[in-house]
Amino acid sequence: MMHVRRSPEEIAANRQRYEEHQKKGLEFAPKTLPAPSPLPAPAIEAAAIIHQETIPGGWYWSTALKRGEALRIDQGEGASTVALVAWNATDTSERLNLVDTVKVQWTTSLGKGRVIFSDMGRVMFSLIEDSSGAHDCLMGGSTEASNATKYPGAKLRNTRDNLVLAAGKLGLTRRDIPAILNLFAPVRVDDDGGFHWRGKLSNSGDYAELRAEMDMIVGFSNCPHPLDPDPVYAPKPVIVTRFRAGAPAVDDLARTATAEALRGFENNASMLA
Amino acid sequence: MTDFINTSASRSLENAVQDHFIPAEAPWSGIVRKGQTIRIEDSYGQQAIDTLFYRADDFAERYSNQDTMRTQGGAYIGTGTKIISNEGNVMLVMIADSCGRHDTSAGACSCESNTVRFGHGTKYLHACRDNFVLEVSRHGMSKRDIVPNINFFMNVPIKPNGEMTIVDGISAPGDYVELVAEMDVLCVISNCPQINNPCNGFDPTPIRVLIWDGED
Repeated sequence: MMHVRRSPEEIAANRQRYEEHQKKGLEFAPKTLPAPSPLPAPAIEAAAIIHQETIPGGWYWSTALKRGEALRIDQGEGASTVALVAWNATDTSERLNLVDTVKVQWTTSLGKGRVIFSDMGRVMFSLIEDSSGAHDCLMGGSTEASNATKYPGAKLRNTRDNLVLAAGKLGLTRRDIPAILNLFAPVRVDDDGGFHWRGKLSNSGDYAELRAEMDMIVGFSNCPHPLDPDPVYAPKPVIVTRFRAGAPAVDDLARTATAEALRGFENNASMLA
Repeated sequence: MTDFINTSASRSLENAVQDHFIPAEAPWSGIVRKGQTIRIEDSYGQQAIDTLFYRADDFAERYSNQDTMRTQGGAYIGTGTKIISNEGNVMLVMIADSCGRHDTSAGACSCESNTVRFGHGTKYLHACRDNFVLEVSRHGMSKRDIVPNINFFMNVPIKPNGEMTIVDGISAPGDYVELVAEMDVLCVISNCPQINNPCNGFDPTPIRVLIWDGED
């Protein structure tokens, strides 16, 4: 098998370019990103609200979302994990892509000021408010099997089936369900790669606001996270408010916090032009 | 290139039923039948091998990185890892691993994500997702079917604070993984062409894939 390797000079030049990117990626964002949003959440101006939905524990919901609108996902009085997926409304083959989201931003931790990417190098959501900073990009949602292990003897609703239902009612299929973002799921990874629940027992009152940076369809499932230590299946209702977020300022945090976000928004701009 | 390494008396170069050399940067796909063992060999070392699996008789069932990580309770792939589908079924089990570190949380490079990570000047470079689109198109699938993959031999440590970066691979020439199929699967590989990060030492190299029949 013939194979000509690259020259040492070429390899060294590529390495140097990567190390510069890595340094900027790792050092820049943590200095500029703010602390979690304070509680309690401020009221949203009534005139800006388009729709408000209360998703009961164990259930699913989907909504259209226009660019410039935002979703506030509010725990209310409970402590629930909300699983979320999203598709570009005009081309559903473009969808939430968590592996790019974590790789491009050099972190599996999302919080205020971070963005969520599609598979096409474009920004789907900006996290414009976030009181918890405890979201899970890695583990996915519950399934019939994970429920059966955790809550033996009972037949309970799960996130996998919820999202198959949500996708099916949107004309999509199980082929279209991407990896799932879990909001309000404090998962930590130890040095050996093991997953742990960070031990925050109640997220009561926590909220996150996701601003749409393209027209989308968004699907939700409100079921306990597979690592949630509560042995009782008792997901609480969550309140999702769709509202007009207004045009972002020139110095908008999520658009300017990192070099990667800037380039992602440049890709969005070329789609809109 | 190194010599063939024996992991079992029942698997030798002579009794392999398939033996493929995959050039640097190229895609490949093939069927692994239930009971067969597939060896993916990093022939020159430090080469990321992006891999997807689909159920052979129903491509809507496919590899799920989240179900795989959740089921085993951790982020990395190694000996004993069950490769889990989006339907919760075991597709394959990793039975041998001479490297010890494989990733499934960082996904495949693409022209589009490269522009975000490394600058717009990297848009027109060969990328794994292009390899995947070409290869799955031969099986009637499209971009819609490309899900987060396994990156064999790619080293992506995740810290407790969430920080993750791709660092130098630890695989040596001839390092291998072996997986035994628990169902008939279509295996789709992109032999990663990325030259902007250390996933393949900034120098993509050829790999080898071998398949053996089951021991019965």
